[in-house]
Parts: sequence; structure tokens; C-alpha cells
Amino acid sequence: MYDSGKIITGLIIFVVLFTFPFWYNIGSAAYKQPKLELPKDVKECVESKEFMRTEHMQLLNEWRDMVVREHIKDYKSKLTGKEVVMSLTKTCMKCHDNKAKFCDQCHNSLAVSPYCWDCHVAPKGEK
Amino acid sequence: MRANRRKFLKIAGLATLGWSVFPNLLRASEGGEGAGHVRWGLAIDTKKLNDEVMEKAIVACHKNHNVPHIPDKREIKWLWKTTFHKAFPGQMLDNMHISEYAEKETLVLCNHCDNPPCVRVCPTKATFKRADGITMMDFHRCIGCRYCMAACPFGARSFNFYDPKKFLKSEEITTQFPTRTKGVVEKCLLCYERLDEGKKPYCVEAAEGVIYFGNLNDPESEIRKVLAERYAIKRKPELGTFPSVYYLI
Ligand code: HEC
Ligand code: HEC
Ligand code: HEC
Repeated sequence: MYDSGKIITGLIIFVVLFTFPFWYNIGSAAYKQPKLELPKDVKECVESKEFMRTEHMQLLNEWRDMVVREHIKDYKSKLTGKEVVMSLTKTCMKCHDNKAKFCDQCHNSLAVSPYCWDCHVAPKGEK
Repeated sequence: MRANRRKFLKIAGLATLGWSVFPNLLRASEGGEGAGHVRWGLAIDTKKLNDEVMEKAIVACHKNHNVPHIPDKREIKWLWKTTFHKAFPGQMLDNMHISEYAEKETLVLCNHCDNPPCVRVCPTKATFKRADGITMMDFHRCIGCRYCMAACPFGARSFNFYDPKKFLKSEEITTQFPTRTKGVVEKCLLCYERLDEGKKPYCVEAAEGVIYFGNLNDPESEIRKVLAERYAIKRKPELGTFPSVYYLI
């Protein structure tokens, strides 16, 4: 084979560079959910904690379309069976009344920035 | 083969005939209105309307919906004042009684037309007709193209040239209704959020009897009774948009 030395060195350099993200992260701590300030006087969210953790963005989109487009305003919780008014500020933020210590904690650590607050008013005039 | 062509022509002929007899079927499938449906409307009593009442209604509306006060041509308006001859061009000569007070002011707002041109032109369906007659806005979908503003013959729509939050004092912002953002179009939504709670629109409440509100499809409603008793006009009827806002004169 011609130039096998150069080819193999090139391949090794390629493989090392290509897998850089994997071995660079070895040893660094896994992602931990930041500390959240949960509502004190209630025990349960609209749905189960696991559902809320993973699905709250879809749930909010659904609520928005229901209220604004479908003219339906109550949501029946699959967890508690209770009806709640579908509203970002009047429902979610009534319980989670400190956006900075709840929503933002997660979102900042994950570099997500929902644009909802361009219009919707957070409790206590936070931005 | 020949029989097939005959058949095709016959069916095509029948279809054309059917279409020419019931052109309205096309519209009926769009709206979903009809007997038994609610169609909210307003009747403004221009005889009783005065400056104080108008101010009260405007403040109630704008305060509760976070409508900013911008003191130039890029203002945001949901409910505002204008003179009769500007509100009713083309009707001034026809209606002797209103031609006598061309410079008198009256309240104008979105007419929640039954045949709204703004809805027809909106490319994202951000503005659409609710089953109860409200010409609704979904601010989440508005891309700020302003076609609706060009289509609306009543100037009922305002574009946010600025971030409206800059013109709202933070202590005056209500958390009960979202603000808007730069680059979206907005207008009166007939207080849909209050109607859903069984309340009347803010302007109707603040005007204390000067503005009638109710279901235009219900012959027993207060608004239908007052419309049956008194002479009323609508803005620009010649355009065929069928406004839901009446003016008692
Ligand atoms: C009745 C009060 C209440 C309402 C309304 C409410 N929450 Fe919650 N929420 C809670 C409580 C209490 C918890 C903690 C649940 C637990 O620990 O099991 C929680 C947990 C959560 C979590 C998971 C936090 C974690 O520990 O991972 C998310 C995300 C969340 N809520 C988002 C929302 C959103 C979005 C809305 C509106 C759609 C909403 N909540 C409405 C009370 C509420
Ligand atoms: C347990 C952590 C956590 C909490 C608490 C939390 N979120 Fe989230 N949120 C996320 C994650 C993770 C995403 C991003 C999901 C993705 O990008 O697929 C997200 C995305 C969103 C989105 C969609 C953003 C977009 O750009 O599409 C909205 C809206 C949202 N969150 C609202 C809220 C609100 C309101 C609260 C507080 C009531 C809240 N979240 C609390 C973790 C959280
Ligand atoms: C351009 C401004 C704007 C933005 C951005 C915006 N909203 Fe809204 N939202 C509104 C307005 C105004 C209403 C009132 C109903 C309407 O659209 O006419 C509303 C209504 C809603 C409603 C139902 C009523 C209520 O009280 O909550 C939900 C739910 C909602 N928005 C969720 C969201 C979420 C989630 C986001 C972010 C992903 C978001 N909105 C971003 C302006 C906005």
C-alpha cells in the first residue's frame, strides 16, 4: 500500500477529533435539575409531576389553542379530575407565583427562553 | 365512449345549475352561523352619549386590556372617538337628522362584521370568526403583515410600531390580560374573555345604559327590542360587511 503511514495517521486524527465531545465530557457531572421553589400550600400540579416536567410546553400550546381558537376554557385534570381554567397567568402563575425561582431556574440552566413573556405579564411585574 | 361523454356533460350541467341556484352554500360552509346561534352585537345610543361617558368607556376598555397610550400617529386604538361625518361618510345627506350634527363625536370600534374582509385576507388565520360572531384575534399567529389593516374599511386595527410596554406604566399593567409586542396588529375583541364568564364588555358596563349589548339573533334580547323601537344606522352599509355595531339616532 502506498502512503499507509499518512493515511492511518490521518484516520487516527479524524477519529480523535470526531469523538472529542464524548471523551471531553467524561468525568464532568451529569445534568442536575436546579433547585425549584414549589408552591407551599398545594401538593399537586395540574397533572403528575413527571408529565409536567416533560410535557408542560405541549400542554400550554394546547391550552392556548383551546382558549383562543376553540372557545373552550376549562381543562379537566387527568390526575385529580378537577376542572381548571386554561390560563398561563391566571392558573400556572397563580401557584407558581415566583417565575424567577421556578420556571426560569430550569429554563436558564437549559438555555431555553420561552417568548411568552414578551406579552404575558409575569406575577409582580418580573420580566 | 360516446355514452360516457354524454353522461359527463349531463353531470357537469347539473352541477353548474346547482351552483347557480345555491351559491350561498359556499358561504354557509365557511361561517357556521344560522338560526339558534348567538351573534353578539352592540347598539350605541348617540342621543345619550356625551364626552364623559365616552371617556369612561374608553378608559375602562384600554386600562383592562393593557392598551398603551401613544401620543402620535402610531397610536393603538380599540375604542375611540370620531365625528359623525367621518364615521358615516355617504350617509350624511341621506339622514337629515344626522346631517345636523356632522361635527358631533361618537364612539367607534371594531364592527365585528358578519362578512369580515380582514378574516378573508389573513394569511395565517390569526384573525378568524368565532361561532358567536366575534371577529377574534389569535396574537400567537399574527405575523404583522398588515393585510387586515388594508382590508378593514373602518380603520379598526392598529399596528404595534413600538414595544407597547414602553408606553405602559408598570404599576398600571394588569396581569389579567396579556400585553402585545412590537410587530403585531391588534383591535377590540368584544371582551370575549368576559363574555365567557357571563359578564358584559367593559365599555357597556362603564357606559351605564348608553350602550346596549346582546344577542342579535334572539328577538327577545334587550338589544333587539331597542333596535325594533328606534331608528338605527350602521357604518358603511354599502360595503356589505354587515357590521354588528348599531348607532341609535
Ligand atoms: C394548583 C397549583 C398549581 C397549578 C395551577 C400549576 N402547578 Fe405546577 N406544580 C404545582 C406543585 C404543587 C408541583 C409539585 C408537584 C410534586 O412535587 O409532585 C408542581 C410541579 C410542576 C412542574 C414540575 C417541577 C419539577 O419538580 O420537576 C412543572 C414543570 C410545573 N409544575 C409547571 C406548571 C405549569 C406549566 C402550569 C400551568 C399549565 C402549572 N404548573 C400549574 C402546583 C401547581
Ligand atoms: C423541570 C424544569 C422546568 C420547569 C420547572 C419549567 N420548565 Fe418550561 N421547559 C423546560 C424544558 C427542558 C423546556 C425545553 C423543551 C424543548 O426545548 O424541547 C421547556 C420549554 C418551555 C416552553 C416552550 C419554549 C419554546 O421555546 O418552545 C414553555 C412555553 C415553557 N417551558 C413554559 C414554562 C412555564 C410557564 C414554567 C413555569 C410555570 C416552566 N416552563 C417551568 C423545563 C422546565
Ligand atoms: C404577541 C403577544 C403574545 C405572545 C408572544 C404570547 N401570547 Fe399567549 N396570549 C396573548 C394574548 C393577547 C392572549 C389573549 C387571547 C388572544 O390571543 O386574543 C393570549 C392568550 C393565551 C392563552 C389563553 C388565555 C390565558 O389567559 O392564558 C394561553 C394559554 C397562552 N396565551 C399561552 C402562551 C404561551 C405558552 C406563549 C409562549 C410560548 C404565549 N402565549 C405567547 C398574547 C401573546
